[in-house]
Amino acid sequence: MTSATASWRFREPGVLPGFPLAFGFTVFYLSVIVLIPLAALVVRPWEGGWEPVWRVLSDPRTLAALRLSFGAAAVAAVVNAVMGLIVAWALVRYDFPGKRLLDAMVDLPFALPTAVAGIALTAIYAPNGPLGAWFADMGLQIAYTPRGVLIALIFVGLPFVVRTVQPVLEDVDREVEEAAETLGAGAFQRARLVILPAVAPALLAGCGLAFARAVGEYGSVIFIAGNMPLRSEIAPLLIIIQLEQFNYAGAAAIGLAMLVLSFIILLILNIIQGRLVRRSAP
Amino acid sequence: MSRAARLSPGRGWAPLIIGLATAWMALIVLLPLGTVFVEAFRRGGMAFLEAFRQPDTWAAVRLTLVVAAIAVPLNTVFGVAAAWCIARFEFKGKNLLVTLIDLPFSVSPVISGLVWVLLFGAAGWFAPLMQDLGVQVIFTTTGLVLATVLVTLPFVARELIPLMQEQGADEEAAAITLGAGGWTTFFTVTLPNIRWALLYGVLLCNARAMGEFGAVSVVSGHIRGRTNTLPLHVEILYNEYNFVGAFAVASGLAGLALFTLLIKSGLEWRYAGELAATRRR
Repeated sequence: MTSATASWRFREPGVLPGFPLAFGFTVFYLSVIVLIPLAALVVRPWEGGWEPVWRVLSDPRTLAALRLSFGAAAVAAVVNAVMGLIVAWALVRYDFPGKRLLDAMVDLPFALPTAVAGIALTAIYAPNGPLGAWFADMGLQIAYTPRGVLIALIFVGLPFVVRTVQPVLEDVDREVEEAAETLGAGAFQRARLVILPAVAPALLAGCGLAFARAVGEYGSVIFIAGNMPLRSEIAPLLIIIQLEQFNYAGAAAIGLAMLVLSFIILLILNIIQGRLVRRSAP
Repeated sequence: MSRAARLSPGRGWAPLIIGLATAWMALIVLLPLGTVFVEAFRRGGMAFLEAFRQPDTWAAVRLTLVVAAIAVPLNTVFGVAAAWCIARFEFKGKNLLVTLIDLPFSVSPVISGLVWVLLFGAAGWFAPLMQDLGVQVIFTTTGLVLATVLVTLPFVARELIPLMQEQGADEEAAAITLGAGGWTTFFTVTLPNIRWALLYGVLLCNARAMGEFGAVSVVSGHIRGRTNTLPLHVEILYNEYNFVGAFAVASGLAGLALFTLLIKSGLEWRYAGELAATRRR
């Protein structure tokens, strides 16, 4: 036992038991639930060679769906960055009645089942809904258009930016801020020179999380999207449509394309975030 | 100019920022939540109750409870085991393991359902084997459980790993050195130290397990009364233009979400020191 466990380099040399059991179970469980299933996603698209993969991915309908899923997710992430920063700012810097309730409510999009959010948003923004009717008077349709997709993705991404920015904003050194103030910096200058550099990495990280979640979002979107091919059809729905036609390779190809694209974008965000951290902490 | 007066320009922004934050939250979060209950009671209490007189609704309630009752304990045991080896031992590939545990959070729920069809569907990798064994996975409770387990896998582990890393192994090492057995140490030292974070993780895991839609939608086949969970039942009622029924069932799920948030906030407020650092307010 001791010779076998020594090779794992215990932090407390040899004192705590249970590593082989815990590690073995963890790796086994992870393999069965995550690795083998995802291996199928990576391998199965290529069963018929390149040609069927290319046919599915170059289909205008697929391209339109990918464009909508990634485009709307990006716009929603930017909206959430701006509004999330404001909400986090209000929660960290000020005291006001109902603050605790507001803070708890930030997590509602996490907790509320997506299908529930989906039908509620549709009821609100449909042409006969309370806000939908108001927008319709102005000649703007929200539900059953890409704008509806955007609304749903903003809802889903809201907690990510707030929850990543909040702790960082709490840690921003008020003394540095006050020093900037005594040196004559105005509110905007302080925000730009002291606070923004400090929260920028967290803001970007929150954006990335909101984006990743929004790209694959399904339940809250399909009710409000209207799901018109080439116009308001999201990529996850296209996977389901391919599956219903028993085109497993096609469904897997779209899923794999989504994963690869998201990982590339998140990787780029990660690199930018690393640069920001180095710049703000010289 | 006095110091307080100098600081006042920044303070002047308070009403604007608080107003903007409150208005945004009301529009994006509270309005949809309120709409669920308003729509559920649009035709009065009797119409609301009608949805709960349908046997299909109760079959969906039962199935949702069964799926969560299997998936949540599995992921709880996994979370504890993963946290035990990651927070208590050094080994090669630890960062990779942590990344893999988080992976299900960055995968679309639809993909989390799709992968099980790729394995066990009519043209799946293991389809011939399953046929020989006479076992069906897709369109059964088993499929729903597998999809739910994949989607909710990270919840408990993510709460426990940072907390146990922060707490360190000193107390457990002392117990072992004094002659306590491994399991005794776990149940008398480790478990009491992590119980609130464990509850926190289980709470979030359960909320997601009961509310999951995309992943179970792919593997369910939507067989009424048999493979229909509550969120899927909401969709069926909605697509049948039974809006009051859909929102009535949805209001039950919204109630579960509010209950989850209530307990979650209570834990953050009361036991902040015993939760992962990111959960402390």
